[in-house]
Amino acid sequence: MRHVISALVENKPGVLAHIAGLFSSRGFNIDSVAVGRTENPSLSRMTIVVAGDDAILEQVRKQLGKVIDVIKVTDYQGRDTIQRELALVKVATPPGKRQEIIGLVEIFQGKVVDITPGDMVVELSGPEAKVAAFVDLLQPFGLREVARTGVVALARGEAK
Amino acid sequence: MGTKGAQILVDALIEEGVQHVFGYPGGSVLPLFDALYDAPIKFILPRHEQAAAHAADGYARATGKVGVCIATSGPGATNLTTGIATANMDSIPVVAITGQVKTHLIGNDAFQEADVTGITRPITKHNYLVKNVHDLARVIKEAFYIARTGRPGPVVVDVPVDVTTALLEGAPDKTIRLPGYKPVTEGHPRQIKLAAAAINAAHKPVLYLGGGVVLSNAAAEARALAEKANMPVAMTLMGLGAFPGDHPLALGMLGMHGTPTANYAVTESDLIISVGARFDDRVTGRIDAFAPSAKVIHIDIDPSSISKNVRVDIPVVGDARGILSDLTEQATAQPREAWHKQITAWKKKHPLAYDPGSGAIKPQAVLQELCRQAPEDAIITTEVGQNQMWTALWYTFRRPRTLVSSGGLGTMGFGFPAAIGAQVGCPGRLVVDVAGDGSIQMNIQELATVAQYKLPVKVLILNNGFLGMVRQWQELFYQRRYSQTTLNGNPDFVKLAEAYGVKGMRVTAPGEVPDALREMIRTEGPVFLDARIEPEENVFPMVPAGQAINRMIGGMA
Repeated sequence: MRHVISALVENKPGVLAHIAGLFSSRGFNIDSVAVGRTENPSLSRMTIVVAGDDAILEQVRKQLGKVIDVIKVTDYQGRDTIQRELALVKVATPPGKRQEIIGLVEIFQGKVVDITPGDMVVELSGPEAKVAAFVDLLQPFGLREVARTGVVALARGEAK
Repeated sequence: MGTKGAQILVDALIEEGVQHVFGYPGGSVLPLFDALYDAPIKFILPRHEQAAAHAADGYARATGKVGVCIATSGPGATNLTTGIATANMDSIPVVAITGQVKTHLIGNDAFQEADVTGITRPITKHNYLVKNVHDLARVIKEAFYIARTGRPGPVVVDVPVDVTTALLEGAPDKTIRLPGYKPVTEGHPRQIKLAAAAINAAHKPVLYLGGGVVLSNAAAEARALAEKANMPVAMTLMGLGAFPGDHPLALGMLGMHGTPTANYAVTESDLIISVGARFDDRVTGRIDAFAPSAKVIHIDIDPSSISKNVRVDIPVVGDARGILSDLTEQATAQPREAWHKQITAWKKKHPLAYDPGSGAIKPQAVLQELCRQAPEDAIITTEVGQNQMWTALWYTFRRPRTLVSSGGLGTMGFGFPAAIGAQVGCPGRLVVDVAGDGSIQMNIQELATVAQYKLPVKVLILNNGFLGMVRQWQELFYQRRYSQTTLNGNPDFVKLAEAYGVKGMRVTAPGEVPDALREMIRTEGPVFLDARIEPEENVFPMVPAGQAINRMIGGMA
């Protein structure tokens, strides 16, 4: 089962390496990880998407909680959350296909941010599944490069 | 003016109550060693940084205080790592201070540079790279606090040389700031109540004590619970000494080389009360056959230990000492006659046994004799291999912190430097390293340290000319193909000891053992006793890897 885990961590060098090392040494599989600053400049939020059964997820949460630089661990499983991922997709624009691609971009509420004679770069954000579906749809045109941020998430409602 | 970083560091150590430090100098710790020169701290110079780390660890295990070691940058620091990993696996409070190249050179592949925080991250409880002299006093304070609280463990503080020469104006900031570190010490009352009810309802309970009982100084509380609730007690290797081995309720060690009674009792039990233990694979054997019909209560200060290896019915997170007292209060006296009758029958039918043979010295007999002669508070360290398991089985530990052994990592070369640390911390007591001829050679240079500081450490070498434990597995599971386990190049240990000015002795016949041990114990200074034992003696009983723990082979009458 896929879980989205949010860890509030000290904004210090080495913390990302620590968490990445922890996951690899314990054999946990990370689907994605996104890190960035929070409202408090001394803290970062890591949003980690990890797959595993309940026992593995329990270990993931507890092992993360043990890291001294990790302040709070939240598993968003079963909670009302907003999840978003940002992707930049560079896709080939074969002759006569450009309009078709732009049509898809519009349907997905993406944005063309760069365009050259042979390709274009599309910016798209949304839930992970939407981003994945969009990337799949562009596949036949020829994907040049894809950069995805991984999921970031917040629980709905006020923070405590 | 202001205060130099090195002086701030030394002052911080003194403020933490540090009396002894084990370490080795080098280029990037020159300012620190200069500050240590006049400090009211007794400094012990082992002959290898690995030994400094093990000595700090042995000191911590024997005394309950935080052990401290210091090494220079690069190779000094990397030499500490085996010792740090050893302490980490057994949750031993150690603070390791390492020198580092100047801050502006970090990452430049400078002379004697190693990424110490990177290397030690997976083998420490926490680590620091101090880049600013302002942070130094606070970091040292945090390091000691983290090392000794919660589930204890080693903390590395990496200090660039220019931070130790920098001057700080005014008083250093010492306020601990650890928002992410809040160890739970008090057990939840509801969980304790559930656990007490389960104990009171159990017909066939087994108390299973691990190193956490020793670490939390909870031996008296564990004993009170066992006696009040009338429950038999099995111990892990790390738990030996947490409960008197000669107590009628004691079952001895459980697991791969456990006693038959402990392994049968655990397998048959209807309730396992695990305290400060982590259901290690050497304890459980085949996990699905471990205590198949038992409910499990797991008391541990580390929530991540719970339900890691076995499913737990009643977890209690917190410090063992308080939880055990609360449980004792709520436990009721129970006769459990049938259960004790069964255990007595197992003890009678399957006592530990070995073939006394006729000619060669048997290691089991040596350890029994050592146990008879040594005072109850003697500290026994071990190396790793057959020497460690024979000690666990044949020496009866009666008090906590009397066994100092590398349980989790299983580090050969640990016992001798750990004995040095234990002896430094407990100067009046008998300290014996039970060694093998393989292990002792992994840190044999420490003969110089015991000679220099006149530390009366006794080293009892069970010399069989083999890397015995590996040889035993090759005998049993690899058709006696003794691949690289024959030690043909052994030195004359007596002469070697004498070369360092240490007394050397040798025994070759069983009849000489009692007198030799007596002489060893009586000698005021250090002794190397080379006991030539039966070369192909095995450690039994034994559960073959991957089997259920009641499937033991050998060693039973």
